[in-house]
Amino acid sequence: MMSLDFILATFLRLMAALQVTLSVWALSVLIGAFIGGGVAWMRLSGVKPLEWFARAYVFVFRGAPLLVQLFVVYYGLSSFPAVRASVFWPFLRDAFNCATLSCALCTAAYQSEIFRGALAGVPPGQVEAARACGMSSFLLFRRVTFPIALRQALPAYSTEVISMVKATALVSLVTLWDVMSVALKIRNDTLVTYTPLLIAGAIYFVVNYVIARIFIFIEQWLSPHLRSRSV
Amino acid sequence: MDWLTALGFGERGWGPALLQGAVMTLLVSGAGLAIGAALGSLVAWAKLSGVRVAGAVGEGYAALFRGLPELLVVYFVYFGSSALLTATAHLLGVEGFVGVPGFAAGALAVGVISGSYQAEVFRGAFLAVARGELEAARAVGMGRWLMFRRVIAPQVLRFAIPGLGNLWQVALKDSSLISVTGLTELMRASQLASNSTHKPFAYYVAGGALYLLLTAFSDRVFDFAERRATRGMRREAT
Amino acid sequence: MTRGSVLGAALTCSLLVLAGAASAKDWKTVVIGMEGGYDPYNLTDPSGKIVGFEPDLAMDVCARMKVECKIIAQDWDGMIPGLEAGKFDVIMDGMSITDERKKQIDFSIAYANVPAALATAKSSPLAKLAGAGKLVNFEKDKAGGEATLKALRDALKGKTVGVQVSTTHATFAGNHLKDVATVKEYKTTDERDLDLKSGRIDAVLDDETEIAAMLGKDDAKDFTEFGPHLTGGDFGIGVGMGLRKADADLTAKFDKAIKAAFADGSIKKYSLKWFKIDTTP
Repeated sequence: MMSLDFILATFLRLMAALQVTLSVWALSVLIGAFIGGGVAWMRLSGVKPLEWFARAYVFVFRGAPLLVQLFVVYYGLSSFPAVRASVFWPFLRDAFNCATLSCALCTAAYQSEIFRGALAGVPPGQVEAARACGMSSFLLFRRVTFPIALRQALPAYSTEVISMVKATALVSLVTLWDVMSVALKIRNDTLVTYTPLLIAGAIYFVVNYVIARIFIFIEQWLSPHLRSRSV
Repeated sequence: MDWLTALGFGERGWGPALLQGAVMTLLVSGAGLAIGAALGSLVAWAKLSGVRVAGAVGEGYAALFRGLPELLVVYFVYFGSSALLTATAHLLGVEGFVGVPGFAAGALAVGVISGSYQAEVFRGAFLAVARGELEAARAVGMGRWLMFRRVIAPQVLRFAIPGLGNLWQVALKDSSLISVTGLTELMRASQLASNSTHKPFAYYVAGGALYLLLTAFSDRVFDFAERRATRGMRREAT
Repeated sequence: MTRGSVLGAALTCSLLVLAGAASAKDWKTVVIGMEGGYDPYNLTDPSGKIVGFEPDLAMDVCARMKVECKIIAQDWDGMIPGLEAGKFDVIMDGMSITDERKKQIDFSIAYANVPAALATAKSSPLAKLAGAGKLVNFEKDKAGGEATLKALRDALKGKTVGVQVSTTHATFAGNHLKDVATVKEYKTTDERDLDLKSGRIDAVLDDETEIAAMLGKDDAKDFTEFGPHLTGGDFGIGVGMGLRKADADLTAKFDKAIKAAFADGSIKKYSLKWFKIDTTP
């Protein structure tokens, strides 16, 4: 159905739903970064129990589909009377809280692996040289490890951030209606095959493109020495 | 019907159906990752080559498939290629609808999406290779193919493995979308079971557990690969 | 133009018209798309076979039409594109006939219409709502419908009602209840029922057969039906087969067969078997 009215009405409905998509996304990526950082630190800490916990965490939250995680956090937890009577219930009762928490836990697992890979990619020679100069551990981290790791993490990190935008399409499982879910709902109600999906696709594409460009900008800003690199 | 029967292998159990779904998931994801690796290295090479047109095309491909929701890509790959196939068949006199096999369309869709992400992983991995090594290789007089084989490829793989591990997990999850082609993979099998028996818990958890099993197996494989690839490489993280 | 060439042109045109008419599709096989996940309309048994009310009905009417029917499984997201692309010719998936949908595809006549019902916790004040078990038709009984709606709105003020997305119940709730109550839409009824049990929502609105099935389970002993059964108006005229607009001849054939199946009581038989009530519209 190519009527302009329909396209416009659909576009407006989807833009209204964009707020749901972006708020779940932004909060979960942010919270996930903190949790992911913590898990990565645990993994590299050298303390065996912490390492085990970190590995188990990544295994579960990266291995299980996000859909299953959403289901467990929202429906699973609420099925236990003990949870419903606890102090967490006012928080867990709300769909937005559960969805954001679940997405955060999931992205934290992926982010911790990115952090781990980036930290491992810091050239050991530079670390040795810094120590030889007498840098303290903290100064070493601040001046050598962190900047290099940050730069190396950026490509994979932008990937994860953009993945999360699209992953929020799953939150309709827990009654939150994001852009993709509203588009599918419109499609079910009207049986118009492609138009709602195309409009949704365009919206996602624009959002993701903007995010990708921001990351490219940051990457170039941090890597002046690599700009004219070629084989 | 108690849990054990419901999940089991008896006449009314969904065990076999779930396992079949798991196998399908594994196969589609594997094929998709392979296709993605081929496409991804091509795009990474295009972006790093310094040739502006190639870089722009690579950039465009990556931007398109990273930016679009995966569901749409699966739709277009499946229905688009089927439409092409049907049109060709009509020209040859064959009636009716000719569909691209769900597996091929599914693997291609997963591969096209994965490729756009793998390009970034390969590019980042390549940039992490010490410039000094490349200079030294060229100074010694290594030809381009030898340099690629002995210096670039092993090191790129080393740095790419964690990122690829992540993307394998992503491919496993993306494969759950290919059910629009009519193929029953693990997630769809779980949902059918759940809807037909009204036991959502049992099947979400069972499906999740099977995904975890697939993950455990893949983790082992990637760990092994990472250890072998970083043999002799000093790793100092903090 | 000479007379001969005009005659020749006319002859050619009439031949082409005849040829066009003769190539209207000769239906020998019909491919039907079903989800296999919409109990009791259609569900999948562990061996992968699709069973339910609609498979039984489909086999019946196809036999009457003397065509061979193939049922293939398709998840809902791929259903409409599949119909359009020609992957199948009919959709049977408990699809409600609505005016909005009729703009895109054709429907057969309705072959089932299940009234809607409400359920809530026994301890809830809603359980005491009057009119339990009565059937109110918004289309045929405008005055009664209005009174029922007012009573419902008063009772549900400030409460949360759960419905399944893209159903006539969701449409009704969206049109008439959204301003006094919170309406939460769920992808499946199972998930919504879980939220009823955990107390996130106060009431559910769904097919009376769904409600009955839910209440029949062990873990639902603290819950009960309340209020009258509702039909007509936003609840539509029932569910029907979906076909492409271009296949009007096939639709007509199905209509004829469905009417025959009503006449000799076959549909009632299938309905009692799967729905446990007579869902004849």
